[in-house]
Amino acid sequence: MNVVTNNKWIGQRTIRPDGMDKVTGRAQFAADTTMPGMIWGKVLRSPHPHARIRSINTAKAEALPGVKAVVTSKDIVDFPIEKGAVMLGIQDMRWMCRNVMARDKALFPGHPVAAVAATTEAIAAEACKLIEVDYEVLPWSIEIDDAIKPDAPILHEFNKFDGKPSNIAGRLEHKKGDIAEGFKRADVVIERTFTTRPVHQGYIEPHACLISVAPDGKTTIWSSSQGQFMVRAMTSMLTGIPQSDIRAIPAEIGGGFGGKTIVYLEPLATLLAKKSGRPVKMVMTREEVMRATGPTSGSKSTVKIGATKDGKIVAAHGTFYLQAGAFPGSPIRGAAGCSFTPYDIPYLLSEGFDVCSNRSKVAAYRAPGAPIGAYAVECVLDEVAEALKMDPLDFRLKNAAREGTKAAHGPTFPRIGYVETVEAAKNSPHYAAPLGDGHGKPQGKLRGRGVASGFWFNAGGESSAQVNITEDGNVVVTTGHPDIGGSRAGIANICAELLGIDYRRVSVIIGDTQTVGFSNLTGGSRVLFASSMVVTQSTEKIIQTLRERAAKIWEIDPEAVKWEQGAAHPVSPNAGQFEPLTLQQLAEKAPAMGGPIGAGVQLNTQGADGGFGTHVCDVEVDVDLGIARVIRYTAVQDVGRAIHPGYVEGQLQGGVAQGIGWALNEEYIYTKEGKVDNPGFLDYRMPVCSDLPMLDCIMVEIPNPKHPQGVKGVGEVPLVPVMAAVANAIYNALGKRFYALPMSPPKVLEVLEAPTREAAE
Amino acid sequence: MAKVHVTTSINGEPMEFLCEPSDTMLDALRGTLNLTGSKEGCASGDCGACSITLDDRLVCSCLMLAVESEGHEIRTIEGMAQGDRLHPLQQKFLEMAALQCGICTSGMLVASDALLKKNPDPSEEEVRFWLAGNLCRCTGYDKIVRAVMETAAEMRAQ
Repeated sequence: MNVVTNNKWIGQRTIRPDGMDKVTGRAQFAADTTMPGMIWGKVLRSPHPHARIRSINTAKAEALPGVKAVVTSKDIVDFPIEKGAVMLGIQDMRWMCRNVMARDKALFPGHPVAAVAATTEAIAAEACKLIEVDYEVLPWSIEIDDAIKPDAPILHEFNKFDGKPSNIAGRLEHKKGDIAEGFKRADVVIERTFTTRPVHQGYIEPHACLISVAPDGKTTIWSSSQGQFMVRAMTSMLTGIPQSDIRAIPAEIGGGFGGKTIVYLEPLATLLAKKSGRPVKMVMTREEVMRATGPTSGSKSTVKIGATKDGKIVAAHGTFYLQAGAFPGSPIRGAAGCSFTPYDIPYLLSEGFDVCSNRSKVAAYRAPGAPIGAYAVECVLDEVAEALKMDPLDFRLKNAAREGTKAAHGPTFPRIGYVETVEAAKNSPHYAAPLGDGHGKPQGKLRGRGVASGFWFNAGGESSAQVNITEDGNVVVTTGHPDIGGSRAGIANICAELLGIDYRRVSVIIGDTQTVGFSNLTGGSRVLFASSMVVTQSTEKIIQTLRERAAKIWEIDPEAVKWEQGAAHPVSPNAGQFEPLTLQQLAEKAPAMGGPIGAGVQLNTQGADGGFGTHVCDVEVDVDLGIARVIRYTAVQDVGRAIHPGYVEGQLQGGVAQGIGWALNEEYIYTKEGKVDNPGFLDYRMPVCSDLPMLDCIMVEIPNPKHPQGVKGVGEVPLVPVMAAVANAIYNALGKRFYALPMSPPKVLEVLEAPTREAAE
Repeated sequence: MAKVHVTTSINGEPMEFLCEPSDTMLDALRGTLNLTGSKEGCASGDCGACSITLDDRLVCSCLMLAVESEGHEIRTIEGMAQGDRLHPLQQKFLEMAALQCGICTSGMLVASDALLKKNPDPSEEEVRFWLAGNLCRCTGYDKIVRAVMETAAEMRAQ
């Protein structure tokens, strides 16, 4: 592997700039902020999965002492459906304005119907109970099979599929050749259908904001989000306040994983603040987070793969139905576009169907759609490899996409690192280790090993940075993307490396919307890729200025000055004999030498290469209790270049932990009334510390040639292969395959006991 | 309803405050006392982000009434560092990247400190079970467990 090692800071495990605040409890998250005169907002939510709202009477709530303002959908800017899509990024504001507050119909239990601001949280909650809503309860559906029945209750009458009103809001396909032709050439064809349940992103910090609107309309928002510019734009569009009047300040964010890429509370709090003349704070309860914010889709996928006797995949067909929730927009692109991408398949049809149903609108979740698709594809691949009696990693190597392969979703690959991830997995100590029962385990516990691969697109996009040299010769970098997982540490490493100074002299700040240029969301595994590009270009401009300043002082040509180890030097003795001028010396001389030293760059960054990973998972299944435990896990990924290996590993390990939860326990369970029955951490059951082993990482570094430091996005790939790796390991342990997630103890027992039951009958 | 007057000690400092009888300790800490280092992730004792100690016993401050602190010793994340000197656990969490978003970090540190006071030489399994009440969604726990074990080893060596 071609790892550059002669760096001082790039590739080092430096202490993150925001670390001290976070280990001492000083860091300001959104719910930690207060303001003089602040009051509290609460949301009244629909108890019904599907109901027409005939009328809302807020008079009694408004009369309650302490209540300062009430808002309903009347107060929110309407984007009429018939006028067509109004896009902001990938979000259609027609759905967004109806998602933040139900307009004509409530479409899921938890759908906001009104909001109240009062002097205390208790009074606001009491006032919500006094709001009278006249509902006409309608039939509903949650599961995909119910929602696509011909007589299913239709959520949106305007939506047509095949010319008829339908809950199928869209279809996309990726196609290469005629698959019927391809399957004719196959010796082995396996087709299976899989289902997955909706799961929540599960960030520990609930959504929160504090918003002040002055009488002249100047609005200040402190909120937890993956993008302060997204908050500004969406709040502006939904309230009618111009973007220039809104200052969105990014609080520290307590996890997002895609779930904080849209607004829920901000437009409501803004309108309440405007009406009441008081700053309004809103914080969701955990139950509100679970009922009304974006989980990801539940799904139903059918995957058919055909291969020749010698192990070459010749044809594949995938059909991925994903729940969108109440409004169109499930991540079918991730499912249909990523799942076959690690492989070079000559005949391919990959189809995605976007299905609306009466549950909360889905939001992005770490490689949206891709883990769902990969679960189905990678399980079928495992079956095909077994049918061919091939090692599953050898089978993947034989069919691996490489430079020049045309991917399912369109592009022809440049140099990619997929093969290297499979080889590294194959050569890992983990894959070579015997599975056996080395610890004298009691009978009834069976072990198995599984592998799977995954791909995620990665993204570039808009980013802005400003780099300023302080009067004492240190550096302040301002970028525009919230730091969820340690991106400030990566930026500090890069800036210090380029300037040749200690990384502790670089302070990295996340700017608010009115102090730094437009920067798109923290999402798509794009932040370090994009922000390091603009930081690099800004820093290069500064180095140019520093060279010019030194040249002026020495009265030589700027071309005769080089920047090295934090100081200007003459390029050679021919340029003259001068003592180096350090950053600090040049900063001190700045007022006399042309003024402040700083530079900013704004770019729409391009060249984000996709990312590949290959995982190896060992499980132990207790056949008496049905409990499957992951006992060893290795995630291999092409990370481009690990700017801060500690936080890159952290991304890999975090994604794996989420995937293990998705595979084994996590799911939305619904009551007969269509309500989420497990809206808390106790019953939703994310992995806790004692559920997991240590999570090994192998970082393959194939630098991205289109990036100054070789960076590739790393945040999303790690979740993509996990459910399939766990499922394949459980199959290896039990000889029984699971076609539905989660593989929780009751479901494992059900499958294990199935033959016994049949025999008894 | 009249507010209740509570006299307690927080991070070694004598403290008095008024609260509603129904206020949780977390409400009092974050609201009245402006100690926002303890976080609310669930309000049901399931996430551990609000972990504090009450007379050296680890508790979820969201499950405890503020009035129950009367006459007792409360410790929070704000009292963990000694002036500008970090607790070894805080230092190790920084060095080993044992935090990502940071929302669970206060609770993790308070809980880990309580563990090491009780058992200076925990096995990996003991660390994992002790911290099972503190949810982290970012890290996969690997680096947290390693940081706690390494801190324990260093503290024992001193």
